[in-house]
Amino acid sequence: MLPIEVTSLKKYYGDLKAVDGISFTVKQGEVFGLLGPNGAGKTTTIEMMEGLRERDGGDLKILGLDPWKNGYELHKKIGVIPQEFTFFEKTTPREAINYYANLFNVKVDADEILKMVMLEDMAKHHFDSLSGGQKQKTGLALSLVNSPELLFLDEPTTGLDPNARRAIWEVIRGLKARGKTIILTTHYLDEAQQLSDRVAIMDHGKIVAMGTTDEIIQQHGSGERLEIHGTQQLADYIKANTELQVDYNKSRGEIIIPLHKKIDALAALAAAEQSGMDWGHIQTLQDSLDDVFVKLVSEPLDEQGEAESEGKADKKRRR
Amino acid sequence: MVSGKRIYADFKVFSVGYLRNKFGLFFGLIFPVILILIFGAIFSGGTTGTVNVYTQNQDTGALGQNIGDNFLSALNESTTIRVITVNASENFADYLAAHSASDGIVIPQNFSTDYLTGHQVNITVYGNPASSTSGIVTGTVGGYINYFNLNYYQRNATAIIGIKSATVNTQQTTYVDFLIPGLIGFSILTSPMFSLVNISSEYKKNKLFKQLSLTPLTKMEWLTSKVMWYIVLTIAGFLLMVGVGIFAFGAHVTLSLWLLPFLVLGPMLFAALGMLVGTVTKNPETAGVIGNIVTFPMMFLAGTFFPISSMPDYLQMFAHVLPLFYVTEGLNNVMVYNNIPNALIDIAVLAVITVVIFALAVKLFKWRED
Repeated sequence: MLPIEVTSLKKYYGDLKAVDGISFTVKQGEVFGLLGPNGAGKTTTIEMMEGLRERDGGDLKILGLDPWKNGYELHKKIGVIPQEFTFFEKTTPREAINYYANLFNVKVDADEILKMVMLEDMAKHHFDSLSGGQKQKTGLALSLVNSPELLFLDEPTTGLDPNARRAIWEVIRGLKARGKTIILTTHYLDEAQQLSDRVAIMDHGKIVAMGTTDEIIQQHGSGERLEIHGTQQLADYIKANTELQVDYNKSRGEIIIPLHKKIDALAALAAAEQSGMDWGHIQTLQDSLDDVFVKLVSEPLDEQGEAESEGKADKKRRR
Repeated sequence: MVSGKRIYADFKVFSVGYLRNKFGLFFGLIFPVILILIFGAIFSGGTTGTVNVYTQNQDTGALGQNIGDNFLSALNESTTIRVITVNASENFADYLAAHSASDGIVIPQNFSTDYLTGHQVNITVYGNPASSTSGIVTGTVGGYINYFNLNYYQRNATAIIGIKSATVNTQQTTYVDFLIPGLIGFSILTSPMFSLVNISSEYKKNKLFKQLSLTPLTKMEWLTSKVMWYIVLTIAGFLLMVGVGIFAFGAHVTLSLWLLPFLVLGPMLFAALGMLVGTVTKNPETAGVIGNIVTFPMMFLAGTFFPISSMPDYLQMFAHVLPLFYVTEGLNNVMVYNNIPNALIDIAVLAVITVVIFALAVKLFKWRED
């Protein structure tokens, strides 16, 4: 039995198809990243998997259980850290862990859990005095109290500073090393790349690409290309004198030649030299996950990783 | 299955958090006591200066003397009372009411005769127990009666002048006696109600409920632990307020086990009502407004600061639809009037309202969305 089996999962809010028939499976011990802009349907998907939202169609088996119907049963076996984790203001991380231990009726060593999430120093501080990263770590600590094999982390580092993000990554890597199966949503590409074994890119409720990051780049990226800094005339000259496909990017002043074979680069350079025109700076490039993401996702991300109109759709969806 | 262990775990974490929040503690426990001190001081505090007292001398005199006149002029020389004479032909009680006065002294018709012949005679002192001046008047009149008893008659005689007290349109209880149950009712209402409106709407907004739904804790257990905490807080507040009332203002309070149903059902009702308001509203701002709309009429019209009987008829009728009315009326029935049969009716009404509201709150309150 696979820990997670999702088949043609659907969730509609009126006309809005928040999740539009997605399917995937996750293996034991795998870290699976759901990547996408805000409003792509990541949180709706993960919340249906957690049993917090009812699905409108498709099938869903989490640890063999239907999460909506058997939610109470399922929650004893999974760990969850919801988006923007908050807790009782005047409760310390240690008290919170003991509280959860009592609710789950398990015996835990609070210090050990605090150590696992690197929060020993703040064990006695009230939640409202913790930093954003420390609050998220408290959430991680609580998700571990019932020793779950399966963890759902919904945007665990959104809104954190780079140091805090890296600290959370450390903790997640540690959990992965302990063999936990982890579902992670994020709109940070580097985060997905750093942590996930496999990634699914979501947009408008659909999965637009899935696999390891290398596989996705291979499938959806443009492959290797040669870029030569030069003029439009030079581009035309190379095109006329070789069999190669030549594109010109005016704004950057770059001649772009997709390389189907390595030897194509030599032909292009020979033609450039032959032209007698000026040319400078040459490089060979390959699409990064960023490039592929921008290609696949209909709207580009802004600096915070948020797509403008998608954000609005997301709000509408959550109402 | 409801688990006592989970309820206790939630109770512990909530109460510790509550006690660490000085603001909540102040409003839950200290604020009602401050109200008792303030209102108690206003209405029964030691007024200094002279009290104007309407007096009517119906004494016709005897043996060429009018002892009534002597008594009143002696009284007028005291530092505490200034005598205002009312014509003997007036109906004294009506006269007091017409002049919005509650303090008055009436010397009876045969006062001189009885006094001089050694017959027992009473001076009637009108007063309103809710007014701070009536004690001063009674005390002063009592002092002059002793003086007259000692000086104007044979040394070995028993006292012949006595005091008969009368009231104008008030019951025989003092304001503080009435204020304590009222303010206990006030704190039974406000503390759980405001707190739960706030908690339930905030938890919904910042998704804490969603998070708790991922644990084995059930919503019934969650609400039960909140109710338990507010019962504990209510009983602590009750003891504090009764203590202050008795020691600071000498309130007369009947303490009985019949108070317990009110101290348990009250917080349960208003915690559930607060929960209900927080649940059916969209966001904390709306919840706050609706919470106030529900709470404020009860705060003032359900017999907390003023007796229901002093309100116009239509407001008295309105008071009967306010759940808090049955708490304050019941507390008054037990603590002030010691009227248990009537208190039982209040308990019954309160129990029905509480069960309905509690069930409704648990039913409508959602951990997760659909």
